[in-house]
Amino acid sequence: MSSEPSAATAPVLEARHIVKTYGGVTALDDVTFEARAGHVHCLAGENGCGKSTLIKIISGVERPDSGSIVIDGEEYGHLTPAEAIRAGVQVIYQDFSLFPNLSVAENIVLTAQVADRKRLFSAGSTRPRAQAIVDELGLDIDLDARVESLSVANRQLTAICRALISDAKVIFMDEPTTALTRTEVSSLFALVERLRERNVALVFVTHKLEEALQVSQDLTILRSGSLVVTGPASDFDRRSVTKHMTGRDVIESRHLNDYDATAAPRLSVEGLTLSGAFRDVSFEVRPGEILGVTGLLGSGRSEIVESLFGIYPAGSGTVRVDGRQVRLHSITDAIDAGFGYVPSDRLTEGLCLDKSIADNTISASLDRHRRWGIFTDRGKVASTIDRFFTALRIKAPDVSAPVRSLSGGNAQRVVLAKWLANDPRVLMLNGPTVGVDVGSKEEILDILRAQATRGMSIVVVSDDVPELVSVCHRVLVVRRGRVTHEIAGDDVTAPAIESGLAA
Amino acid sequence: MTTRKPLARLKGGNNEGVVVLVLLVVVVLMTVANPEFLSFSNLFSIVRSSLVPTVLALGVLMVIISGGIDVSFTAIAIFAAYSTVTWVGPGGAGAVVLLVLACVVGAALGLVNGLVISTLRLPTLIVTLGTSTMFKGVLIAYIGAQYIADLPEAMARLGNANVLSIPSGGEVANLHVFVIPVAALCVLVWWVLSHTMWGRSLYAYGGDPEAARRAGFPVVRAQIILYTAVGVLAAVGGLMHVTLSRNANPQDLVGSELDIIAAVVLGGASIFGGRGSVLGTVLGVFLIQIIQNSLILVGIPSVWQRAAVGAILLLGVGVQALSAKRTSRKVFAYADEEVVAA
Repeated sequence: MSSEPSAATAPVLEARHIVKTYGGVTALDDVTFEARAGHVHCLAGENGCGKSTLIKIISGVERPDSGSIVIDGEEYGHLTPAEAIRAGVQVIYQDFSLFPNLSVAENIVLTAQVADRKRLFSAGSTRPRAQAIVDELGLDIDLDARVESLSVANRQLTAICRALISDAKVIFMDEPTTALTRTEVSSLFALVERLRERNVALVFVTHKLEEALQVSQDLTILRSGSLVVTGPASDFDRRSVTKHMTGRDVIESRHLNDYDATAAPRLSVEGLTLSGAFRDVSFEVRPGEILGVTGLLGSGRSEIVESLFGIYPAGSGTVRVDGRQVRLHSITDAIDAGFGYVPSDRLTEGLCLDKSIADNTISASLDRHRRWGIFTDRGKVASTIDRFFTALRIKAPDVSAPVRSLSGGNAQRVVLAKWLANDPRVLMLNGPTVGVDVGSKEEILDILRAQATRGMSIVVVSDDVPELVSVCHRVLVVRRGRVTHEIAGDDVTAPAIESGLAA
Repeated sequence: MTTRKPLARLKGGNNEGVVVLVLLVVVVLMTVANPEFLSFSNLFSIVRSSLVPTVLALGVLMVIISGGIDVSFTAIAIFAAYSTVTWVGPGGAGAVVLLVLACVVGAALGLVNGLVISTLRLPTLIVTLGTSTMFKGVLIAYIGAQYIADLPEAMARLGNANVLSIPSGGEVANLHVFVIPVAALCVLVWWVLSHTMWGRSLYAYGGDPEAARRAGFPVVRAQIILYTAVGVLAAVGGLMHVTLSRNANPQDLVGSELDIIAAVVLGGASIFGGRGSVLGTVLGVFLIQIIQNSLILVGIPSVWQRAAVGAILLLGVGVQALSAKRTSRKVFAYADEEVVAA
């Protein structure tokens, strides 16, 4: 690509001309990928571009149709998971793949012993070995705690320690920053620097472009199973990366729908308080308005909407919908009051993964599809499903496809369809585009604007500042359980929101 | 933290401490109600009635740790023991031959479970429910439906072998020799679970099957070995049962799997997998046996014992579900004062 200093070190891992097809669909088409010791290589691409397939092949979970993998000069046609680990390849999956029922120390040590084909488990040496790696990285984790009791950030650290104890030469990290707060992200990046000094090759698989460009030296972009471009990260900027990923330019600007700012408020919240989560929260949303709510993870931003949706009923405060006071003691109350909620963890909270797109679409609005209050009106159900399948442009062979088979962006559209089918008066969304690729993101925001134009009130909880700027009329900043800033109109800019968050 | 840790240790990793406490309370209550309870003869008889359940429970424990559930072990136990007795006949053949024969039969039946479960990845309850009925049917149809009173010589002799005899109040309290092999099996299973990679793989698989696969554990092989081992343990248990009851009845044992599963769950093994210990299991078995024994001593009709065991199982599982719910309950970010101060 270029004569950057990166070309000086020989790659520790090479995947050469990898081809992989699943029943006629080409997942990877002649992809070549290199990782160098002491470098962070960012592997970027939209959902379904083949990133995860490439990781699965390199880590031995899948067999390539053709091509080879070279690790430290040794060439393999394909690997088994244990061989890959022995060769020094470690993958830190998005879900970390830890054992929740075992202690941190055992989690760190166990997989290395599996790879060494040990028959006996040396319980006595577990803790000292785990302690050594934790000390070496200067971390502070309770080794005796069970993993299920850890925070997300500490689980990730446990997974990193586990990778290092097996003398990892290459560590793949799948969306490493998604679940972390900003401070946790910066301490992760500090740790990444220490790993580079140990000459570990790191591969970040991510959507988050700024972060990717901030830490990586090399960048590879895949699109639809093919290699689009690879080279030193310094040759790229956000715009060019986005363009390579999507194949088109994405305009990042403010694009608001019109609404009547003088109309009576659709939702008005007064003095809402939930002990330990948030206090004295008051705001109003008008029909057609899109309100943003932001704050750091743990600030109480999510709890406010979860409380309005009846998941954690508030201790005190009043909520009015269209001027009428409503009681929100349960989710049923909230749905009756006209609320819809798209949760942040759509996979576990928002969808039945093994059910079809059709069943999921209709699951929140069955009562609206009954004849004489008893029988399901099949014709009406079918037309609703068709309408949303087409309107939200869900990419799937047909509506009977299970949601599990969909990419992140398409799964999110199904959750949206589910709530839109119930025609809520107030739609609340938590991280509506987390884990969604750039192209789908724009389309999802367009769907929100279209619904607002129809008169729906929308509340978007998000920590994606450009997204808030792009779609929100007003933004509330939540800090330590209180609304500290309200930014409205032309003041809604990325710097204004960021200073509100930092204040 | 510092004040909680010693208490947490006393409570034990799987609530063994709680079981001990309940056990003590029951013992004290029973002793007050009927001083006979603490006599050697009653205690030894409780131990004797716990022997077979303990062996069977060890197998169930391993299955539950791996996240499965097995209801076919009683069918395997009686199948292995009864067929061994039938084939050998009342004549000779030493204890070792009997044991090996029964274990081979048990291993073969367990292997059927293991192959079906690991390769087809079917729900373990359904598979073992099916094989259980099948094993019992084959036993009755092809091997025999007759009650056998003439046991092989070696078994008949072992049935009366005691390791300890203490005179207690006019009669002699006998401790059966099987406590030694049963204790040895407990130690063996404890060691395998805590000190072999196979044992740890059961915990790993029970904790997160997908993570175990990704970590490179040979999960198919581990499951086949598991169900085969459970078959062997069931065979040993079955042989002990026949020896202790001094007759071989093909209708025995099947139907009592719930008592064993209840004991294991009561001993702290999580029905969701990934958790459980030999110590807890042994305590659970004792607790169930003592409760059954107590009900007899205080004169409650035996039909109510079934209801009691069912209630205990629900209680044990209910407590687990509640504590799982409690740990998963949302912890908000701030103490209330912090929010006020901000």
